[in-house]
Amino acid sequence: MSIKKQPYHNPLSHLDWLEAEAIHILREVAGQCSNPVLLFSGGKDSLCILRLAEKAFRPGRFPFPLMHIDTGHNYQEVIDFRDQRAAELGERLIVRSVEDSMKRGTVVLKSPDEPRNKHQSVTLLEAIEEFGFDCCIGGARRDEEKARAKERIMSFRDEFGQWDPKNQRPELWNLYNARSHKGENIRAFPISNWTEMDVWQYIERENLGLPSIYFAHQRDVVMRSGAIVPINVPLASGEVINPPRAGEEIINMQVRFRTVGDITCTAPVISDADTVSKIVLETATTTITERGATRLDDQTSDASMEQRKKEGYF
Amino acid sequence: MKTEHNDSLLRFMTCGSVDDGKSTLIGRLLFDTKTILADTLTQISNTSKKRGMEAVDLSLLTDGLQAEREQGITIDVAYRYFSTGTRKYIIADAPGHEQYTRNMVTAASTANLAIILIDARKGVLTQTRRHSYLAHLVGIPHIVVAVNKMDLVDYDQNVYNKICADYLAFAKEIGLQRNSNNEAGHDIRFIPMSALNGDMLVDRLDNMPWYTGETLLEMLEKAPAAHTEQSEEFRFPVQFVCRPHASADADLHDFRGFMGRVESGDIAVGDAVTVLPNGYTSKVKAIQLGEAQLQSAQTEQSITLLLEDEIDTSRGDMIIKTGSKIEPVKQIEAFVCWLSETPLSPARTYIVRHTTRESKAKVGAISYKVDVNTLEQQATTDLKMNDIARMSFKLAQPLMVDSYSKNRATGAFIVIDESTNNTVGAGMIV
Ligand SMILES: Nc1nc2c(ncn2[C@@H]2O[C@H](COP(=O)(O)OP(=O)(O)O)[C@@H](O)[C@H]2O)c(=O)[nH]1
Repeated sequence: MSIKKQPYHNPLSHLDWLEAEAIHILREVAGQCSNPVLLFSGGKDSLCILRLAEKAFRPGRFPFPLMHIDTGHNYQEVIDFRDQRAAELGERLIVRSVEDSMKRGTVVLKSPDEPRNKHQSVTLLEAIEEFGFDCCIGGARRDEEKARAKERIMSFRDEFGQWDPKNQRPELWNLYNARSHKGENIRAFPISNWTEMDVWQYIERENLGLPSIYFAHQRDVVMRSGAIVPINVPLASGEVINPPRAGEEIINMQVRFRTVGDITCTAPVISDADTVSKIVLETATTTITERGATRLDDQTSDASMEQRKKEGYF
Repeated sequence: MKTEHNDSLLRFMTCGSVDDGKSTLIGRLLFDTKTILADTLTQISNTSKKRGMEAVDLSLLTDGLQAEREQGITIDVAYRYFSTGTRKYIIADAPGHEQYTRNMVTAASTANLAIILIDARKGVLTQTRRHSYLAHLVGIPHIVVAVNKMDLVDYDQNVYNKICADYLAFAKEIGLQRNSNNEAGHDIRFIPMSALNGDMLVDRLDNMPWYTGETLLEMLEKAPAAHTEQSEEFRFPVQFVCRPHASADADLHDFRGFMGRVESGDIAVGDAVTVLPNGYTSKVKAIQLGEAQLQSAQTEQSITLLLEDEIDTSRGDMIIKTGSKIEPVKQIEAFVCWLSETPLSPARTYIVRHTTRESKAKVGAISYKVDVNTLEQQATTDLKMNDIARMSFKLAQPLMVDSYSKNRATGAFIVIDESTNNTVGAGMIV
């Protein structure tokens, strides 16, 4: 006995299926929400989402603006790429910065070199209020971390931006419920079902451009508690951050970034992959998870992401 | 050079009672297909040691959220991913507790195959019946009955055979089994295994030479993807209408694209179509996916349809092939699973969301409630969380529905509570 019969339809390839699902989700957001926004960082996941939005809405304009919450500690290459992409698409890009929240006094750092990543949630909530957004589209994936495995595609946040794992709407079939009352917010994740591998395969298939730091390049780094830490990174302002600590040996290494976040908490990996195809191959054979390899702030506890989500982190 | 990525995709779910070995099975699949990376493994082996275990406990891989870990149980549905050289898999992992019928229904709604775990020492239990009934109700076409922990019954073929026979007897009782005159039945297959030892999941060890059937992974690799097994009618709920008339490009001035996902069937340029509920007719002028012009499109593709005639169409309308039978209805009869802690209130008005369309709905009659353990029908006037009932709704707006057994996309709906906006019910149209 064998299940296999001649199929009536040929099934879609996994990338076509994932693409179709993501387009459907983006169009549901557009159909159900009155004032959505697409969070766009210039990173690989959000670049995939931009491509998906093109496929979902062209020849029309996107039914939402793009927004970046800038910690002020982003790689210049990524910021340039972000601006270039938004300009090419002719879509509106809103930038709100954690540094402005610091000036307003709504973000207070414990120390000047505290990573600003987790403070993005304050600035994000301020921007949501400023523009009255009822839905933020983001690039989070369920495979990134255990706490995300149960995340909904349309995830509900209360007035404080809090995510309550006990108070999420059941999600059945492809019938999404993105309704919200004033002040509440939906976070929509069109690539929930994608893995890091799917993302790279899609980038390869669609010939998507990426910020140069995703590809192998030479960089000054130090080894700090087992992680590769980029040092002396110049910012647009002219400021240079991440100085080496006393006694640390500066090494010039060939590295690339698997994820591009805040400079102070994103580590590169050793790699000679200088094309997308090589990255696809490297991703297939890597032995370390994306988050494990590259996040300097998540390693304290495997529940730390969940904690941050409860506090309103994306 | 570009790599080819033409793998298909299968969504499946696992059902089992607590301690049947569900987490171990999923952990094994992920581990044996090399989905688990070194750092994750280090993390769980540390945790295993901390808990005083000798071997790495693979079930920790699927251990979810803090709150649950504190309670020591899994609640809700978690999604996991792995892929082989030929296929990508999405696993919906739902706990087996009686209280969690709603989680199982949720997980089942997107699955095309269910693995039902049975502990070889215990055989077919009430829970097995419940899981099978729910898989049946939610229309999962392929069922794999996995008789686990064979190592604890000395890999005894007789134990396995008896469990298979018991299961089949019960499957017949509830109309689960596929036979020659029951085309709509389910495809049921059996497999003996030891999830703990990784026997018959990905690898075939030497313990059960009497079993010559496929391993679990072989079954998964060959199981048909959704929508591939039978001819289905074309159903295209309009999600969004694209009218870039303000665009600087004069060519786009009259562009009117109907955007949506083909929920079932297929469509080609030139096909005659009808737009419901109004009944306007036209022909397909073009099919687009991004910049690509397609000659035809099939189930599950998200596309943009352009029609020959200017037709006033908006979100919530449904495009079908002219001649296809589907009538807008203002009353629906359905099996409904209640999902909310707040019971159904027959006096209230709810919102029913069906495809891309919403309607206010009033509760009609509740015919009966199904006891998911005995499958008995019981008279009832209310519905509490995890209850399943056959009932009807009266609708303010017409919906274009098919019966769920014919079409899982156009036969399904959710019920929304307007005051909280929560999703409170899941319906399958009779
Ligand atoms: N001997 C044996 N034990 C198993 C097998 N599968 C799972 N177990 C054990 O049964 C217990 C419950 O398994 P778990 O996967 O946590 O069950 P779940 O509650 O269904 O997720 C654990 O102690 C497992 O190690 C098996 O095939 N053989």
